[in-house]
Amino acid sequence: MYSRMVLSRGYEERLAAAYMEGKTPLFNMANGPLPGEMHLSNGQEPCAVGVCAHLGADDVITATHRPHHIAIAKGVDLQAMTAEIFGKKAGLSGGRGGHMHIFDPKVNFACSGIIAQGMGPAAGAALARKLRGEPGVAVAFIGEGAANQGAFHEVMNIAALWKLPFVCVIEDNAWGVSVAKSQSTAVARNDVRAAAYGIPGVYVPGNDPYAIYAAAGEAIARARAGGGPTLIEIETWRLAGHFMGDVEGYRPAGEKEALFARDPIPAMRQRMIAEKTATAEDVVALEAEAKATLDEVFNFARAAAEPQPEEALEKVFV
Amino acid sequence: MAEPARRDNRRKRKLTIAKAISEAIAQEMERDSGVFVMGEDIAKLGGVFGNTQGLLDKFGPERVRDTPISETGFISMAVGAAAVGMRPLVELMFVDFFGVCMDAIYNLAAKQAYFSGGHVKCPMVLMTSVGGGYSDAGQHSQCLYGTFAHLPGMKVVIPSNAYDAKGLMTAAIRDDNPVIFMMHKNLQGMGWLGTAPGAIVDVPEDAYEVPLGKADIARPGKDITVVGLGATVHQALDAAETLAKDGIEAEVIDLRSLVPLDREAVLKSVRKTGRLLVVDDDYHSFGVSGEIIATVAEAGITLKSPPKRLAYPDIPIPFARPMEQFALPNAGKVATLIRQMFQE
Ligand SMILES: Cc1ncc(C[n+]2csc(CCOP(=O)(O)OP(=O)(O)O)c2C)c(N)n1
Ligand SMILES: [Mg+2]
Repeated sequence: MYSRMVLSRGYEERLAAAYMEGKTPLFNMANGPLPGEMHLSNGQEPCAVGVCAHLGADDVITATHRPHHIAIAKGVDLQAMTAEIFGKKAGLSGGRGGHMHIFDPKVNFACSGIIAQGMGPAAGAALARKLRGEPGVAVAFIGEGAANQGAFHEVMNIAALWKLPFVCVIEDNAWGVSVAKSQSTAVARNDVRAAAYGIPGVYVPGNDPYAIYAAAGEAIARARAGGGPTLIEIETWRLAGHFMGDVEGYRPAGEKEALFARDPIPAMRQRMIAEKTATAEDVVALEAEAKATLDEVFNFARAAAEPQPEEALEKVFV
Repeated sequence: MAEPARRDNRRKRKLTIAKAISEAIAQEMERDSGVFVMGEDIAKLGGVFGNTQGLLDKFGPERVRDTPISETGFISMAVGAAAVGMRPLVELMFVDFFGVCMDAIYNLAAKQAYFSGGHVKCPMVLMTSVGGGYSDAGQHSQCLYGTFAHLPGMKVVIPSNAYDAKGLMTAAIRDDNPVIFMMHKNLQGMGWLGTAPGAIVDVPEDAYEVPLGKADIARPGKDITVVGLGATVHQALDAAETLAKDGIEAEVIDLRSLVPLDREAVLKSVRKTGRLLVVDDDYHSFGVSGEIIATVAEAGITLKSPPKRLAYPDIPIPFARPMEQFALPNAGKVATLIRQMFQE
């Protein structure tokens, strides 16, 4: 879990640097090698690794507009994903999708820019597994803001009614763009909404990978055993703005500093060393390995060829 | 009564579309206590595209409401509030998100008047952002003009500059019908996105209306009629500037609204020029460009060359810059196509 968190963090640091190329001194989203919106997930890595540690390639994930940490934890092809984010022909979708539309069917990963859109496809995949008697569960990752969409409630009810092998994981980073959870959600915690569907609901505080691992393990085991869905809400921290370029005037003073002081990656490192599950040397080695992987991945993506303009016309139908 | 749109009743000051819109809303909120605003990130943030900047400070959280991400909920609530006498404005952040809430728009808002035999009104405005060109991919870059204009019962407005934006917004708020107010991201005037310079123009301080359903002749000319809307008006104007050096005088028509559609303005121009090009960054088929060409065909006007359209092809909008730019219309493509039309 730690190595994937470190990989994800390092990945986004490089992505962020590349994103800013061509965008200074005047920030214009259209410019540079990485144009368009860029939603970073730094701070939210524990949610991804704690859940995905229980999943194999056959298990299905739908993720959000903030997908990198989950994609990395699920084992999405990192070179092809990065090429996609750079809009290259060698990208997962040949450059058609970009960072909000990452599809890697080999590991059953997909994501979308529409809030709560992943609920249905994940539950549908769970239904398919059940109909065919195939092993495999489906997990929909959504943000806490998405729990106020109709799709969330509709799909939770169906998934519970049909006892699907489905888990909904809510990453509660306390913000939906500029709107605080307390200003958008009638209940303080979304796990209580599980009661409305007669399924277990769990709240995991503290952005703690160990606690997330434990809660997700139980839910996924229950889903695999035919026990139906679980709703998990995880307290997590969005260390960056909603998207790059967000000046975050809506955050209360001091909030970011406080969150950075509780960064889950150094916290896990300390805990591993204190509990002797890893040595300082192990950690250094893991970090060096991540760096080597990232060097390779980013070199590949940058060097990869641009798509031909006319390729825009292809793949509308298959 | 609509006040005439006067361009002289003010000190000179240039505004962006975003500022013009927020000023129009503020003036109408002052004038009419029934006007209120709901949407995602519209209060504290002032709207992702700046349409509601400053309104929270001026009018407070009762009338300027950040909503949960629950578009079906708050848009259908606007219909309910409008039915009992309010004049709500709601913002759908990107038009692409209409998929989660279209029932509230086309089955509810757009049919309220008709199904009630005209007894129940729906005086609401739905503001939304449209357009691409900055690599935001196919769920954040569509125009969908034709989609909304196709469905009867709602007015559809697309300003191309800040002067029109303010006057059209004022007229839209005062209108007793649902108005879909579409603002193009390339024109909006946000610091973090490029803006066509022609969209930032002088805007009067007083409230004024630009009537819905009246096209504007953005540039007069005698040789060809180029019809555009929103961002494509500026592409057409740039192309016209280039072509003028070759001796081709293009007349550029800014539709300003699709519903009502000022067919007469198009016909009048085409009767004069005998040539027609429609430039549209919405999808090619079943949309604005076909409608305009059909209007001219049905009028039986004899043209000097076949009518043409330059529209966005029938494909989702790709992320990668080379592909997206290939697919979108631009001034260069407009000029090239017009030159071809003169060689035919
Ligand atoms: C249907 C829909 N409505 C609105 C948006 C615009 N939008 C993009 S991200 C976002 C906030 C999402 O908040 P949350 O679900 O908490 O996820 P987070 O960004 O915090 O990861 C909004 C409103 C959208 N993409 N789709
Ligand atoms: Mg959130």
